[in-house]
Amino acid sequence: MSPLFRLTVAETRLFLREPVVVFFALAFAPILLAVLGLIPSMRAANPELGGVRPIVFYLPIVVAMGIALFALSGLTQLLAGYREKGVLRRLRTTPVGPRVLLGAQLLMATALSLATLLVLLVVGRLAFDVHLPRLLPAFLLCHLLVAASMFALGLLVAALAPNGRSAAAVGSLLFFPLMFFAGLWLPRARMNGVLLTISDLTPLGAGVQSLQDATAGHWPHPIHLLALLAWTTVAGGLAARYFRWE
Amino acid sequence: MAIIEVENLVKRYAGRAVLNGVSFAVEPGEIFGILGPNGAGKTTTVECVEGLRAPDGGTVRVCGLDPQHDGGQLPQVLGVQLQQSELPDKLTVREALELYSSFYRRPADWRELAEILRLTDRFGTQFRRLSGGQKQRLSIALALLGTPRVAVLDELTTGLDPQARRDVWGLIERIRDRGVTILLVTHFMEEAERLCDRLAVIDTGRVVAIDTPDGLVSRIRSAQRIRFRPSAPLDVAELAALPEVESVERVGEQLVVTGDGELLLAVTTVLTARRIAALDLRVEQHSLEDAFVALTGRTAES
Repeated sequence: MSPLFRLTVAETRLFLREPVVVFFALAFAPILLAVLGLIPSMRAANPELGGVRPIVFYLPIVVAMGIALFALSGLTQLLAGYREKGVLRRLRTTPVGPRVLLGAQLLMATALSLATLLVLLVVGRLAFDVHLPRLLPAFLLCHLLVAASMFALGLLVAALAPNGRSAAAVGSLLFFPLMFFAGLWLPRARMNGVLLTISDLTPLGAGVQSLQDATAGHWPHPIHLLALLAWTTVAGGLAARYFRWE
Repeated sequence: MAIIEVENLVKRYAGRAVLNGVSFAVEPGEIFGILGPNGAGKTTTVECVEGLRAPDGGTVRVCGLDPQHDGGQLPQVLGVQLQQSELPDKLTVREALELYSSFYRRPADWRELAEILRLTDRFGTQFRRLSGGQKQRLSIALALLGTPRVAVLDELTTGLDPQARRDVWGLIERIRDRGVTILLVTHFMEEAERLCDRLAVIDTGRVVAIDTPDGLVSRIRSAQRIRFRPSAPLDVAELAALPEVESVERVGEQLVVTGDGELLLAVTTVLTARRIAALDLRVEQHSLEDAFVALTGRTAES
């Protein structure tokens, strides 16, 4: 079996052995969705949203938040911690290059984010009667793009941060503005022109809008897809460029 | 042809030369030791061999490969056991062995390696729960998983208890018997003496001697020393008059005789003639430690 596959499997197993990390990365988002869903006004049709129930709008935001938590806390600290402990130094003396190592982290993170997504969709559907995305292929594509862009950003933070502690600090510093532009506190529908433009260009703003579009049955706007691709390429490229073994 | 060639290696940190023209060549099948006091440049030297550090001058070849330019090929022929290296806390021994063997084109049988290294009863144990000796043995196993032609082992018995240390030594000899050339970094004289076919003694970034352990010891010519307790009173002056004897000293009941040449024969001849037995007889031989001190002017621990 290829080193990439083996490493991905090993990393996934290791990840699942850290209960606290697993909770924050995987269970936190579904719990938040459940809490939101228990608020009656979230389940009632809202004329301001064109008669759509807010929980339907919030599901993509929670999806984005799950990915962001995973990318900016779980993944960054994992990689920065490996570097601090000398795990990367040990790997460096084997034929495994940084590309395989980063690739395995990306694959693991993507697979696990898809698992979280599945839980979110099932909870939404069964508990709060949120319909499944009308354009499921587009929804999955957007999810993959959001995941790729955020994980690339997380790897970049890990590459630049001197140690695990500062990686965590930078990660949470990025988390809040990104979630703001995703519309966690102020829905994108109520943002003014400047905020909306900024939001369109952030990975989570573009991501949430694309996921909401796909949920409603439309193909996402190309500008959002381009923004996601750009974040993935630039952050991923820089992460590989500034990758350090020790 | 040498399997590792290091020529005129120079490495500076912040303008300070740590390696100052280190040269040596390791022949296939050898256990070659790098011995030196702490801070002499041993680890820096092997890190240049492993490709972990770029030298500021000189050349390094391992199986004909340049670690700086053929870095992609090197790990297939060179196995490395690092002085400080870790695995993820919760990775089990079996997972580590399986994972690392998937990295190589021609992996060794990891079950067999685990057996040799007595790790089979620890397959399900997570790395963080292994003892120092078990971690060390796992680390050696990982270094050998790619069936390397050369293995670099850096301070591999540091922190092990004496029994574990002897076990590891036996193991290294078995590995050499499988045809692996071994570059061993150490500051334990006993380890160097027991294991190494040849040694390079490094001090302050220079090679001060390359020889077999016996060869290094025979380089120092100084007095031999015999200690014993005579079974009956003995005229010290008679011993002192022998041409081989330099000095005779009385320490409590014991006599300490120093000298050179056939000292032991000369002294015992006198004793036999007087029908005196030498009780608690000890002949103090020069050790590698003495040679090391003579070469570097200090002990390995300092």
